[in-house]
Amino acid sequence: MTMLKTLAPYEFKSRDAVENYKGRQLLYVNWERHRMFSRPFVLALPPETPFSVIIDQYMTECFSYHPDWKQIDWNTVVWQNGNTPFTPDRNKSLKDNGIGHKDLIRFRTPGLDGIAGTGY
Amino acid sequence: MDMKVAKKLGLKERYALMTRDLAWDTTYQPMDKVFPQTTYEGIKIHDWDKWEDPFRLTMDAYWKYQSEKERKLYAILDGFNQNNGHLSVTDARYINVLKLFLGSTPPLELMAARGFSMMGRQMNGAGPRVACQMQAVDEYRHFQTQIHSISNYNKYYNGMDEFAHQQSRMWYLSDGKSFFDDAITAGPFEFMVAIGFAFEYVLTNILFVPFISGAAYNGDMAAMTVGFSAQSDEARHMTLGLECIKFMLEQDPDNLPIVQRWIDKWTWRGTRKLASVGMMMDYMLPKRIMSFKEAWEMYVEENGGALFKDLARYGITIPKCFGQTIEEKEHVTHQSWIGFYMKPQATPFHTWIPTPDEMDWLSEKYPNTFDKYYRPVLEHLDAQEKAGNRFDNKTAPMNCQVCVSTMKFNEPGDPMEMCFRESIYQGEKFHTCSDHCKEIFDNEPEKYIQTFISSHQVLQGNCEPDGTDVNAADFKPGQNMLDYWKLDKRALGDFNGSDDQKNFAAWREQATKN
Repeated sequence: MTMLKTLAPYEFKSRDAVENYKGRQLLYVNWERHRMFSRPFVLALPPETPFSVIIDQYMTECFSYHPDWKQIDWNTVVWQNGNTPFTPDRNKSLKDNGIGHKDLIRFRTPGLDGIAGTGY
Repeated sequence: MDMKVAKKLGLKERYALMTRDLAWDTTYQPMDKVFPQTTYEGIKIHDWDKWEDPFRLTMDAYWKYQSEKERKLYAILDGFNQNNGHLSVTDARYINVLKLFLGSTPPLELMAARGFSMMGRQMNGAGPRVACQMQAVDEYRHFQTQIHSISNYNKYYNGMDEFAHQQSRMWYLSDGKSFFDDAITAGPFEFMVAIGFAFEYVLTNILFVPFISGAAYNGDMAAMTVGFSAQSDEARHMTLGLECIKFMLEQDPDNLPIVQRWIDKWTWRGTRKLASVGMMMDYMLPKRIMSFKEAWEMYVEENGGALFKDLARYGITIPKCFGQTIEEKEHVTHQSWIGFYMKPQATPFHTWIPTPDEMDWLSEKYPNTFDKYYRPVLEHLDAQEKAGNRFDNKTAPMNCQVCVSTMKFNEPGDPMEMCFRESIYQGEKFHTCSDHCKEIFDNEPEKYIQTFISSHQVLQGNCEPDGTDVNAADFKPGQNMLDYWKLDKRALGDFNGSDDQKNFAAWREQATKN
């Protein structure tokens, strides 16, 4: 239950409501145990975007700076949407992969734990 | 005829006449309509006269003290500037401390001035009103003197001149802005806990002392004097914050749970804000005074711990976040520096990899964490830079919905894992960086769904330079961020190879050789 106390009616819209993105939705991506990138990155994309674009374009552009990137065995990657494990289909859209507005995709690359195994 | 000489007023009488005696109760309108803010938060006050004035200062005495301080301050600033004092700092990397600290702090001082002016109007006790008005003037003075202190550096070094424009736009200034916006949009008593108590009493020491002594240690007499001049006001501010806490707790037992929740909230919000101050101590001062970890132990764990012991008699317990801050003191500065280092095209100050002996200092100060988690990645990035492949992460960040820090903190107990928390409100997901920020969100979601997260605003097309046609067919949001931020291109990039580095070396050579 809210603990907010106000002097007058207090109703405001979410500043990041999906309708503010003109047909696109926010997506966050994090490579677990590769904290050299400090934090997840954010994208705004139409829900029809194929998941392959996330990997081949956006993730590659950002993460290929890390020496571990080349060594990823994509068959062993473990995916989560938020805290829920899921298996994305490369050829399906974000929407058909069940990915909604402001979802956080986390992926783990077993055996690859960053520079000298530090998580970075 | 005998002259009747009026007796000179004692200090106490003078004080009463010039403060409390100037107040009156309204008659055309009931008092609770004139002062609605002091009741709606749920704090119960039965007798405003029980407020103990922590410092019996009248306006005339205040002007006298402050003007003396001003005269000394500006004499030193003038002397420093006329003698090219900027060339006597340890090395040009130090200037980046000023860009970060004095680029972000003056707008916050100004917000504090506005906040305390509002308190001076909203409180209906004469004692706190006078004290809040004086603190408002102090804060305004700090805002001015800090700007005067950087103005001389601004003549020689890049990236300092647009701090006012950048305050509400730059990604990394969002956390401080959000801190004060949150406080000033709360009621007067919460504001007093936020700024007067959590910030001034629990955390200011760690903000000012390292900065002032850091400035002194690195030969910056100008910033040091500004710091000392402000610090002498802080003692009064801390007393006011503490007095307000005690007053609320003594007035009614129902106030305790409200005050406790505010203390928990604002101690945590302040802790998050201080991560970048710690980074300044551990990474940016060429000559270091103490590590952030040591400062945290001295000022927060020991002094703060003693304070909370003292407040225990009112029923106040140590803030919930205390344990987590103790764990994080060994990590946050390293995590922050990596976060800034990887964005060389998005800050008006330079970053760099510490030299080998500076890394040894970090190993010594952080024996549990530096070599284990942070040294290998810094050495890797150093080698990459030297090979002409400096790190530049061009992506936009994910931020915490409450503290607006980038989501860069680790899961408690596991420094290799990131910490993520989420809440659902009215069908929408909201992400937070920690249990404490999540709790703050869940307590008042109506407030935090409005948070301005700059990377999101960019993607909505709301962060474009003047004159951009956001309806054009080929419009892509976020293509002109440097113009939108008014970022001086000379101020970007690694310190190595920067204008600042070259100019400082050339000018110092000129000043010290034939």
